[in-house]
Amino acid sequence: MSTAPLLQIRGLGVYYATAHGAVDAVNDLDLDLGAGECLGLVGESGSGKTAVLLAIMGLLSSQARLRGNIRYRGTELLGLGAPALNALRGARIAMVFQDPMSALNPYLRVIDQLSEVSRVHGGSSRRAAEQRALEMLESVQIGEPERRARQYPHQLSGGMRQRVMIAMALMAEPEIVLADEPTTALDVTVQAQILSLLQQVRARTGAALLLVTHDLGVVAQLADRVGVMRAGRLLELADCERLFASPRHAYTQTLLAALPKLELPA
Amino acid sequence: MLLEVRNLRVSFPVRHAGRSVRVRALDDVGFALASAETLGIVGESGSGKSTLARTLLRLNEPEHGQVRFRGLDLLSLNGTELQRARARLQMIFQDGIAALDPRQRIGATLEEPLQVLKPELSEDARRERVLTVLARVGLEPQHLQRYPHQLSGGQAQRIGIARALIVEPELIVCDEPLSSLDVSIKAQITALLLELKRELRLSLIFIAHDLPAVQLLSDRVLVLYLGRVMEIAARDALFQRPRHPYTRALLQAVPVPDPRIARQRRAPPLAGEIPSSLSPPSGCVFRTRCPHAIERCALELPVLRQLGDSQVACHRAEEL
Repeated sequence: MSTAPLLQIRGLGVYYATAHGAVDAVNDLDLDLGAGECLGLVGESGSGKTAVLLAIMGLLSSQARLRGNIRYRGTELLGLGAPALNALRGARIAMVFQDPMSALNPYLRVIDQLSEVSRVHGGSSRRAAEQRALEMLESVQIGEPERRARQYPHQLSGGMRQRVMIAMALMAEPEIVLADEPTTALDVTVQAQILSLLQQVRARTGAALLLVTHDLGVVAQLADRVGVMRAGRLLELADCERLFASPRHAYTQTLLAALPKLELPA
Repeated sequence: MLLEVRNLRVSFPVRHAGRSVRVRALDDVGFALASAETLGIVGESGSGKSTLARTLLRLNEPEHGQVRFRGLDLLSLNGTELQRARARLQMIFQDGIAALDPRQRIGATLEEPLQVLKPELSEDARRERVLTVLARVGLEPQHLQRYPHQLSGGQAQRIGIARALIVEPELIVCDEPLSSLDVSIKAQITALLLELKRELRLSLIFIAHDLPAVQLLSDRVLVLYLGRVMEIAARDALFQRPRHPYTRALLQAVPVPDPRIARQRRAPPLAGEIPSSLSPPSGCVFRTRCPHAIERCALELPVLRQLGDSQVACHRAEEL
């Protein structure tokens, strides 16, 4: 029992029926996520990496056809009804999106969006939920959390919005955090802050992180294992150090060779 | 000198808190560019990089300053003189597809600058030139029949480069030409630019977020922060011995695609974010995020001065 992965994906297929026949976004994908593990999923545009996350969360459009299994602690997520899925989403499995400006509700103050998570999932009182929200804002190192909590998303900087997204994902103490390009929209110095924050969050909460990114530098810093995707298929899955030191698939080798590296003094 | 920029100041009117105010995008920016040289310009969002690119091509009008191009005062030109100067200066844009006319085939898009700027060329000479440049950027004659939406991002960026090259300009300003591309395509376009720069002895202003690409392409690098120059130095001096605390922080922040190095991270990341240009800090604009700031930094604006091989705008550059 203790060896069963937290999340087990088997033969996952995501297809779209189009006028020109079926297009597959994800094809026969097997993947395990262990408790507390950070698994990086890298690939270029159209590789299907985001579709995997959306399939786990049940957020694919209704046109998408799914095949295979996604099991969370033995519970099959594919085909699970909305009430059961809603009990898991945001509570046991949370998601951090790429663009916090469009993922946060523009009409709600930060504290209201955050405390909603506790009120829905934990049944907390308003007061307790707000208290928890403030603690979470502090834990993601937002300065002046009391003041920021009463602001709307547009009043925050890009980096602060991403911190709010992370705080919101952590509200219900999930076991799994799915992160879709969490630093892509950020400037490089702010990206460094958010990566360092994600590292601290993992160490503190023990949550497993499934991190989707196109940036091999991001994966190198955070991931324990790395999967490389192209055209809907998982081409290589390996321990992070092994993947960078001796990539086995030709495409991984091409990707690594294509990376211009910064030459800095030792 | 091919290009000399002095004391450039650009501001835009914005409405803030119900009042019309001017926000300063660039202030006291100056640099020089020699022929066949590439100047990399780096900085985060809000640093003024794109404003600088657009101002050099007179797509924005500066409030103050000088731009001399082979001795010609670019800012005083109008009408046909400006058009003639523009034939010598070209620009490559960030979003390759959006920068092309969606209703025009690629062939017409590439011929148009020649019709306008080199009217003396015969139709045959024009076609010839289009085919030569197209081959030079690695595309085939069949691409001339396509519309922009039928191109991939990498192909569109190649067309953008071809369109800039076609009038044989003396200077090309590249405004984040790589940032919308995937890793492998980015590497191809970087390699193409490097090849063209060497073979055609191009003079480039290369604006980018991507520091490894800047290191590969540039001879010298200028670091902008909140509209001001923090440091200018030869490429190796800047990357090996960064003098300004901001340059150091920027280099430290780049993710290293090597787990062994990435995990033994050195200094903690720079705190905070770039302030609003509506209310820039007093004194040094970087001081609110600088780990070395002292009282003097809030009181006195540091001027750009020579230090070893670099020009740096920091009161404490010697001690650091």
